[in-house]
Amino acid sequence: MHARVLVRPKAGILDPQGAAAERALAALGFAGVGDVRIGRLIELEVTDPATLPQMCERLLANPLIEEYEILDG
Amino acid sequence: MSAKAAPPDGFQRALDLGLKADEYARIVALLEREPNVVELAMFSLLWSEHCSYKHSKLLLRTLPSGGPGLVMGPGENAGAVDVGGGWAVAFKVESHNHPSAVEPFQGAATGVGGILRDIFAVGARPIAVLDSLRFGEPSSERSRYLLDRAVGGIGHYGNSIGVPTIGGEVYFEGPYEQNCLVNAMCVGLVRSERLIRSAAAGPGNLLVLFGAATGRDGIGGASVLASAELGEGGADKRPSVQIGDPFAEKKLMECSLELRERDLLVALQDLGAAGLTSAVPEMASKGDVGIDIDIAHVPRREAEMEPFEIMVSESQERMLAVVEPSRLDEVLACCLRWETGAAVIGEVTETKAIRIFDGDELIGEMPVEVLVDGCPLYELNPERPPADLYAPPARTLDSTDPQSILLSLLASPNIADRRYLYEQYDCVVQSRTVRRPGAADAAVLQLPHGVAIAVAIDGNGRRVAADPYRGTIAAVLECAANLACVGAAPLGLTNCLNFANPEKAHIAWQLTESVRALGDACRALEIPVVGGNVSLYNEGGEGPIYPTPVVGLVGQLPDPAFAGQTAFACEGDAIALVGTFRPALPASELAKLRGERLPGSLPEIDIAGVAATHAIVREAVRAGVFSSAHDIAEGGLAVALAECALAGDLGADVELEDVSEDRLFGETVGSFVVSGALAALAGLDCTIIGTVGGARLRISAGSSRIDLALERLREAHAALAALLD
Amino acid sequence: MKFGVVVFPGSCDDVDAQLACARVADVVPLWHADHDLQGVDAVIIPGGFSYGDYLRAGAIARFAPIMTEVIDFARAGGHVMGICNGFQVCCEAGLLPGALLTNTSLRFVCRQVSLELVNPDTPFTRSLAPGARLSIPVKHTTGRYYAPAADLDRLEAQGQVVLRYAPADNPNGSLRDIAGVMSEQGNVFGLMPHPEHAVDPLTGSSDGLGLFASLRDALSGSLV
Repeated sequence: MHARVLVRPKAGILDPQGAAAERALAALGFAGVGDVRIGRLIELEVTDPATLPQMCERLLANPLIEEYEILDG
Repeated sequence: MSAKAAPPDGFQRALDLGLKADEYARIVALLEREPNVVELAMFSLLWSEHCSYKHSKLLLRTLPSGGPGLVMGPGENAGAVDVGGGWAVAFKVESHNHPSAVEPFQGAATGVGGILRDIFAVGARPIAVLDSLRFGEPSSERSRYLLDRAVGGIGHYGNSIGVPTIGGEVYFEGPYEQNCLVNAMCVGLVRSERLIRSAAAGPGNLLVLFGAATGRDGIGGASVLASAELGEGGADKRPSVQIGDPFAEKKLMECSLELRERDLLVALQDLGAAGLTSAVPEMASKGDVGIDIDIAHVPRREAEMEPFEIMVSESQERMLAVVEPSRLDEVLACCLRWETGAAVIGEVTETKAIRIFDGDELIGEMPVEVLVDGCPLYELNPERPPADLYAPPARTLDSTDPQSILLSLLASPNIADRRYLYEQYDCVVQSRTVRRPGAADAAVLQLPHGVAIAVAIDGNGRRVAADPYRGTIAAVLECAANLACVGAAPLGLTNCLNFANPEKAHIAWQLTESVRALGDACRALEIPVVGGNVSLYNEGGEGPIYPTPVVGLVGQLPDPAFAGQTAFACEGDAIALVGTFRPALPASELAKLRGERLPGSLPEIDIAGVAATHAIVREAVRAGVFSSAHDIAEGGLAVALAECALAGDLGADVELEDVSEDRLFGETVGSFVVSGALAALAGLDCTIIGTVGGARLRISAGSSRIDLALERLREAHAALAALLD
Repeated sequence: MKFGVVVFPGSCDDVDAQLACARVADVVPLWHADHDLQGVDAVIIPGGFSYGDYLRAGAIARFAPIMTEVIDFARAGGHVMGICNGFQVCCEAGLLPGALLTNTSLRFVCRQVSLELVNPDTPFTRSLAPGARLSIPVKHTTGRYYAPAADLDRLEAQGQVVLRYAPADNPNGSLRDIAGVMSEQGNVFGLMPHPEHAVDPLTGSSDGLGLFASLRDALSGSLV
């Protein structure tokens, strides 16, 4: 089946990419934007979605600095 | 011939592909029939300016391309010069202007990828990258974006592959606003006997395509040939931007070098512009043989690619080798070890024709000679333009106070400190870098046998726009001056000629004059042009770019321990001028800040005299006479002094006969600011003008003076970083 | 005394690391796809981009065949030095605490930095003078050292912070200016600066050589 995993920096970890995007949005005149965080979306075909958490823990995310969310699968 | 390759509506399609009516007629005459889709796609690319050099080849033939130190000349993937001890240095500069304008990060990255492949295609290990960039004024947001992304892309590729980026230059001028220039140069090191050529040889030998899989990259202009079946959304399947994969290139590079080292290859060629369409006929032409290839065996990244797409794909990170059948297993095993895909896609024949098969079907057949040498070469019709082609730059400086002029010059985009840019490049990997960016006028790399090479790249388009002949002479001499400052003598030159549309008489004139100057300068310096690249049609809606011949020089110095540096080094050292100091303001950086039009010509240059000055500086650097050496370039003497002072964090006290503007800020070819012990300088043909020391730069003549703290100068000099950060 | 330098297909500073090791001892390359440590006394995981670093720096490299052996070697007390990408690999492999994040500038930075020797009493630093300042280049995009505050307190208390960027010379935003850390057992050391690029004054500095010499001395049993 098709699965999607969202990986993003853990709350509280400085995310300079997010901060840069936030500054750029403000510079473009978009008011009221805050807390921009940039992660990555991983799409994959899996036969056994039950193994997804393990894949995330071992490889797709680094639990020390990142959190993951299995969107579907 | 198979139905798959039925003749298209030939004539119109040919025009759509950029061929001229006469050229299409010539193809039909030479083939004695109409070309089919695959053949037309191949002709349209091979007979394009990019591959055929049809508007520049006749001019380029006038350049000196021989010499005692030359071990591989123009015509191969890169030229090479002998550096002693059995070693040779291969080098080449190439443009990636258009892709960088479309997508600066990937455009610049794949530009670096392409020039790296040119170097390891001759069997040399890339040991340095340099880049030469031109953008519109950084006050424009688009220019800042292009710069930021292009620098990011160069760093991304070079840093990831483990080749140091050790030098470069960037200029900002209005005429590049709509057409930026991204030129990359690579230098490689190889045992002379390990150089390998691209000529296919030995009928029955196999063609092995290795590296990345082939996708619909860079099909671009040829997409008008797509069959209707691709239908709606077909364009989306052909990305206009090619993505560079430095990790794939790293493996490809190590694999190629190992294959060469183990003597498993007959010939090697990289796939660049036009992909297989260019590589296969070039290899056949150089070896005077034929080649059959079967596109069914080309590993693909995407399904259902059309035959012509496979032939013209510009997918990155691919190489083509000719291999004896008995060595094939070893070749494939080596590719496997480096996780580099490989497939036999054809073989060398005696037919002197390129035949393209798709399985059993013959889908294209063309004599090599027609493909490679059939394209007409055009004589240019140069004509000097009646008036200056370029709008004057915006006036940004009104002051006539020498102190504020100096600060404005130091802060001007073309002179401001480049640290912010070059710190994004790994300049130390491979453990050869003796002079890093910012440390000296040229980068210096030590070689295994104890000697060192110096490398520099240069080209001031504004001066060439003012006077194509003398401006180009100045560019070569300026680059050679950079080498002299570290103690190196030039061994060879590579160039990238960035010009606008040569079919226009005034652009033809710029190009003709510039190439004439290149030849004269190289003959005077007694160095060959080892190879290069031409990029034409660089113009936007607002007119042509400044004509921009970018020259790259490689030189040699006997002992890296004596390599020169820019920075003032010793309190109390005397400061001296070496060379004929005849500064002039027209076409200078100051004239630009004042919004002045370009002059109709530049002062005459005594090439032999300047070369003699270079020799004096070079020998003195080698003998350890100088603590610092710096050539006087953009911004003139005052800026040169400030640069030496800032680099060394040591001030200077300088007394001149007069401090007229042209004396302080005028630009000249062939003079240098040096420092050293007074006693040591005494024996030299030079003029003592001051002393190193303190934390201020003082330049005085009578009552008028510049007297500024280094901190003030440093603040001004940091303007580019402030603008970009 | 024999060093082994791991070579991934995307390693860039592997040859430089071998050259640095060769100045003080014997050295062999250790191919990533092999399972053989060839009897080396210490392992260097060099800088570069191991497998392209496409997922996260070092994330894929830690699963390389040779890394199985390196991890076992380290767990058994063997000495490992991870430089730059090697530091990232060690963190990903759990051999060292913390993680390396993208520089606060978001840019690659190549610069000579000044380092403070925080712990001179380690197998990696014993031949250096206590209080020494080292001039060594950094070059990376992903070098911002991170660990939770409590972990950082413990690392500092236990002497596991070995090198710090000198004041105002932190190139990447590393927490507490940390440039190099050591495992609790003191046998694994990771650092972002490149000591292998500081072994010869001709190419900039020789301040990094002491790290290699220290390790050689520690493992040869001599304390010369």
